Amino acid sequence: MQKINNSFNERSHVELQNPLIRSNFRRAMDGLMEKRRAQFPDEAELSRLRDLAAAIRQNALAKLPELLEQLETQCRLNGIQVHWAQTTDEACEIVLQIAQKHDARSIIKGKSMVSEEMDLNQFMVAHGIECLESDLGEYLVQIAGETPSHIIMPVIHKNREQIAQLMADKHGTPYTDDVNAMTQNARALLRDKFMQADIGISGVNFAVAESGTLCLVENEGNGRMSTTTPPVHIAVMGIEKVVERLEHVPPLLSLLTRSATGQHITTYFNMITSPRKPGEKDGPGSIHLVLLDNERTSMYSDAELRDTLRCIRCGACINHCPVYTRVGGHAYGAVYPGPIGKLVTSQMYGMKLAGDLPTACTLCGACGEVCPVKIPIPDLLKRLRQESVEGHTVKQAGARKKLIEAMVWKTWAILHRSPVLYRLMTWSVTRMRWMIPEKMGKWTVSRKMPEVASRSLHERLEVLHNEDTKI
Amino acid sequence: MTAREAILGRLRESPRDSLVSTPQLDYSVIEEKTWDPEQRIALLTDNMTSVKTEVYRSSKTGWLEQLRKIARKKQLNNLLVSPETPYGEAIFAAEDMPPLLQYERPIEEWKQELFGQVDASFTTTFGAIAETGSLVLWPDQHEPRLMSLVPLVHIALLEADSIEDTFLSFMRTHQWVQRGMPSNALLISGPSKTADIEQTLAYGVHGPKELIVIIV
Repeated sequence: MQKINNSFNERSHVELQNPLIRSNFRRAMDGLMEKRRAQFPDEAELSRLRDLAAAIRQNALAKLPELLEQLETQCRLNGIQVHWAQTTDEACEIVLQIAQKHDARSIIKGKSMVSEEMDLNQFMVAHGIECLESDLGEYLVQIAGETPSHIIMPVIHKNREQIAQLMADKHGTPYTDDVNAMTQNARALLRDKFMQADIGISGVNFAVAESGTLCLVENEGNGRMSTTTPPVHIAVMGIEKVVERLEHVPPLLSLLTRSATGQHITTYFNMITSPRKPGEKDGPGSIHLVLLDNERTSMYSDAELRDTLRCIRCGACINHCPVYTRVGGHAYGAVYPGPIGKLVTSQMYGMKLAGDLPTACTLCGACGEVCPVKIPIPDLLKRLRQESVEGHTVKQAGARKKLIEAMVWKTWAILHRSPVLYRLMTWSVTRMRWMIPEKMGKWTVSRKMPEVASRSLHERLEVLHNEDTKI
Repeated sequence: MTAREAILGRLRESPRDSLVSTPQLDYSVIEEKTWDPEQRIALLTDNMTSVKTEVYRSSKTGWLEQLRKIARKKQLNNLLVSPETPYGEAIFAAEDMPPLLQYERPIEEWKQELFGQVDASFTTTFGAIAETGSLVLWPDQHEPRLMSLVPLVHIALLEADSIEDTFLSFMRTHQWVQRGMPSNALLISGPSKTADIEQTLAYGVHGPKELIVIIV
């Protein structure tokens, strides 16, 4: 699994000092919000479609173990080999064994966030196997030696000039910042790679249990290329990606592409049900499906937090998050940024490493409003804040509990429960306000200390009331 | 214990309330979307041209001439066609076509050629979806998967009466589940594109730079 190093706090401070990052994200997020809005001119349609999609995902989660078994059976009947992995290490090992069995030297990859969870590229390279991203954004991130900053648009943190310089440096080609020319450059380079690759790896957007069909959503054609040209195809997916029936796919697909990038549909919707059959002239000879848990079963074990698994990874919550827009994707320090990332990461890595993420939120509620499958993201974030100090479900729950904070709130509660104590407190705070220090730890790093009034609101109202009654 | 048993075991131990049959899902928001045949063609055309697809209305007799015009205009040096479909057969029988190529061998035997030398391909389609402007393809041994992906230009022939309203109505009309899914089914809604660099659209990343649809 990818490592998390320092805290969100430290990382976000660094990112906030970078005006280029801030303008790159601002421009991109404004564009994405506008495009999504244009796709849903009819509020009523959107609302009904969200109800349907949410019901479809809830149904899939209610029957998750049964559907996974059905998917496995159906895939095997179709000739797809199914593997199960509890951890990202196990998943990497499975991929490596398949690669070694086929004497693979090079792998070409379609975009897959689960493979990012696995840190698969690093792992394969360490075992002497080239592992090249073929989605343009992912490819650029890879040659820059970075990680994606957005789950849909991985290289959104860079502007055109930065990418042009990167390509010129890495490819040794003349500098051009013409988007078409840069795209053609990458096309030429990756074509050879597609032809030579021994294995193609992809993610999965939806896996249909009743037919054993793996669905992939994409625009570039690299996903089709990776899953069709090499002799072996390995698909990696989180166990939550299963849906029960083929009919469940169209509503999810419609909401996915419209919410993600504001397209009525992507260029390609690729439905893979079996390897090459006798007589067919292309397609992989064998297909492997790797089902990854990586803490999803623990998210599942809590009836409320289970809703995290409804997600179809459209990224709309990210695009609409005021915090993400300002700090950018890398500040989150893990594979999934933004609101959904805070839910996933804190549960995947535990509260010790990632317990600060749920607090990186103003609870404005935008994410919950745009979520196409109606995940109550703000509610779940509040729940995780609670888990981080006094919970029992999430890994290392309670890890962020601080004695002083607990005491402050306990005192606060006592003072507010008793009218006598409350009056005593407001009386003394207002009368002795000169004693309050001007600096109050982290609170005053970027804020002024609030000034306490000379009289409390209660007292002032009492005075007004008395004046009124005099008249 | 295997990973499989462990994962399924943990899922089964979790509290689950509603394990009954599939809920009655209300698809009316999609089912309400219906258009008459002419509207379907217009909507499909609008949607496809909005993402740089060229769409031509032709007829059962005129489509070959249309194809010839396209081949001349695009200066195609060759065209990959299957002679096994009725339309492909007609192309092979016609005159004044660019040199015709066939996908006769498994991909391993002519990968270099397909990737390096084929200008354009011609395929039939299973049908199309008006709402999203998507062609539906079920590649098979005669018209394999890579025909619609590798050449720079993909020309697709679409019969007007095979256009359905929505993806949902398409899979219902053709009973995809009962019939069984093919190795690979595709929706294609334009030429290959990307917006990964500053959200600026660029066409022809890994798939065709041009998609041309002839409706008969």
